[in-house]
Amino acid sequence: MSANKEKKDKVLSIRDLNISFETASGRVKAIRGVRMDLFKGETIAIVGESGSGKSVTVRAIMGILAGNGRIDSGRIEYSFTNEKGERETVDMTTLSQKEIRYHFSGKHIAMIFQDPMTSLDPTMQIGKQIMEGMIIHEGISKEEAKKRAIDLLAEVGIENPEKRFKEYPHQLSGGMRQRVVIAIALACNPDILICDEPTTALDVTIQAKILEVIKKLQVERNISVIFITHDLGVVAKVADYVDVMYAGRIIEKGSIDEIFYDPRHPYTWGLLASMPDTETNSDRLYAIPGTPPDLLKPITYDAFAPRNEYALAIDYKAEPPMFNVGGQHRVASWLCDERSPHAEMPAILKDRIERMREESEKYGS
Amino acid sequence: MAVDYNATPLLHVENLKQHFRISRNYTTKAVDGISFDIYEGETYGLVGESGSGKSTTGRAVIRLYDPTEGKIIFDGHDIGGKLSKKENDYLRKNMQMIFQDPMACLNPRKKVKEIIAQGLRIHHDYKSEEELTERVYQILEKVGLSREHATRYPQQFSGGQRQRIGIARALIMNPKLVIADEAISALDVSVQAQVVNLMKDLQQELGITYLFIAHDLSMVKYISDRIGVMHLGHIVETGTTNEIFDNPIHPYTKALLSAIPKANPVVEKKRIALSYDKAKEGVDYTVGSYHKITDTHTVLATDEEFAKWTK
Repeated sequence: MSANKEKKDKVLSIRDLNISFETASGRVKAIRGVRMDLFKGETIAIVGESGSGKSVTVRAIMGILAGNGRIDSGRIEYSFTNEKGERETVDMTTLSQKEIRYHFSGKHIAMIFQDPMTSLDPTMQIGKQIMEGMIIHEGISKEEAKKRAIDLLAEVGIENPEKRFKEYPHQLSGGMRQRVVIAIALACNPDILICDEPTTALDVTIQAKILEVIKKLQVERNISVIFITHDLGVVAKVADYVDVMYAGRIIEKGSIDEIFYDPRHPYTWGLLASMPDTETNSDRLYAIPGTPPDLLKPITYDAFAPRNEYALAIDYKAEPPMFNVGGQHRVASWLCDERSPHAEMPAILKDRIERMREESEKYGS
Repeated sequence: MAVDYNATPLLHVENLKQHFRISRNYTTKAVDGISFDIYEGETYGLVGESGSGKSTTGRAVIRLYDPTEGKIIFDGHDIGGKLSKKENDYLRKNMQMIFQDPMACLNPRKKVKEIIAQGLRIHHDYKSEEELTERVYQILEKVGLSREHATRYPQQFSGGQRQRIGIARALIMNPKLVIADEAISALDVSVQAQVVNLMKDLQQELGITYLFIAHDLSMVKYISDRIGVMHLGHIVETGTTNEIFDNPIHPYTKALLSAIPKANPVVEKKRIALSYDKAKEGVDYTVGSYHKITDTHTVLATDEEFAKWTK
């Protein structure tokens, strides 16, 4: 297993990232010590509630933090093959917004946003919008770019690409628009694709199709993907690894099987259990009580403790470190300390995992 | 609360049409002849993709629109045509709506107390200022907020709390029917569960009837007793929750059910959702008629389609 890991190319490595925002009511510590590794061709899903810091993390990678945001410490190292064919590693936190824009955005790292209507230019033909990046970054001719744009449109599943090429965003449906956004993102063959809730604004029926398109293109082009979502069904479909964030910290991370079949953190339990599924016939949903903490105040203890029915006395005194619970599974919860009493996950979740295991065996692996 | 399905329905909608004229020669038929009944104390879920006309149906029923055609009988009052003063009063007091976006539906310049009390003020449904305040406090506590919240402004609340204010505003009128138009889709997963549980508890306690409009089928399953599936302005299938989930007949219902993502990585990675294309299947909703599978389960189909789908 570990020998296998050595061979994989690391494309992105985030270490001890701390980000805060200056607001009228004080400094908000939005990201507190995030650590993350992304390898070639893999998908990491970042899961968490709104305000947990998932979007801020990826915005820091792209250098598009809001004006009042500041990277307090940490490194974001991006490794790529440069024009001369050599491997090169840069720390994105040391670059200016302009440098990232000129040299990395679109070309090396591309991003898909939640609402396709606001990320497209309403006054520009969609084909032109796809060509734009290719002409600027690769300096190819218009004809060449047009040919590639039409191919891309076909690849993302748009029928009649020649005709659609000349259309404007408002002539397309929501699902179509998101396909165009994907085509734009992939126009310059990026290494990393960041998807910030790409299907939240879409219907369930279209959501499944869009996810299939992203997966297909990822495999074909061997791209690394960071997927941000709060929908665990989406995570199950696309991710290889999952990072669960809460109050600016990653509180549990591991491979998708570890997170879904063997979750350890009470917050992950709550997230998984509160997701309705069509098989259970119980009347009540499991709900995590309370609301996320206010990050204006410094957090000196486990941020989840006030909402945690399994909270221990120590949770109110010190923040738990990352415990290694085997494999690639890491959990920031005092429950994983060997001195802690054994805590059992909620019964509703236990049943569900049992059922999921049976179901997945039927499907075969 | 047990629902009496033999009683007269609380809401009876018959052949409701809501067309929007876009230009001289183009009319959008958002809702094109739908009929359904909602009985007292139950939750009727209306599902479908965007553009299927489910929100339009809700808005037509509460008369934010003037329906093009059709009959709406609400608790014995005909509210489908031009509203008389009496009918209007009855409708506005007894039917309430909870909206999708909890930030957009609350006036940012008013305090929570005024937002919640507005309905009572309009209808002069209180005797003294003290009584009004007391009722606002009571309803706040009922939806899981505290009386201190009454003097704050909407922007001081989180999304889930704002949706609770929206619910409180609807419930203070003691409505018979509450229309929840995508009331939880703008909320986080963990908060969605809180709000759905709250809506269920309040139904148990107060005997409210819900028309629950949503596109998230798994949530609808939790809250609804019966479900109507809408597509392109028609109800293509209706039945009890179990009938729809265990024995879907219409290909659109099947496609919709197969699109629900499952939180099971092994299964989800291999599964490919069914797709449904009305044109490819050659289904024309205007020629079909309603076929009964059971007393409560009906599907819109022509005779041939019905034979094909139930095979």
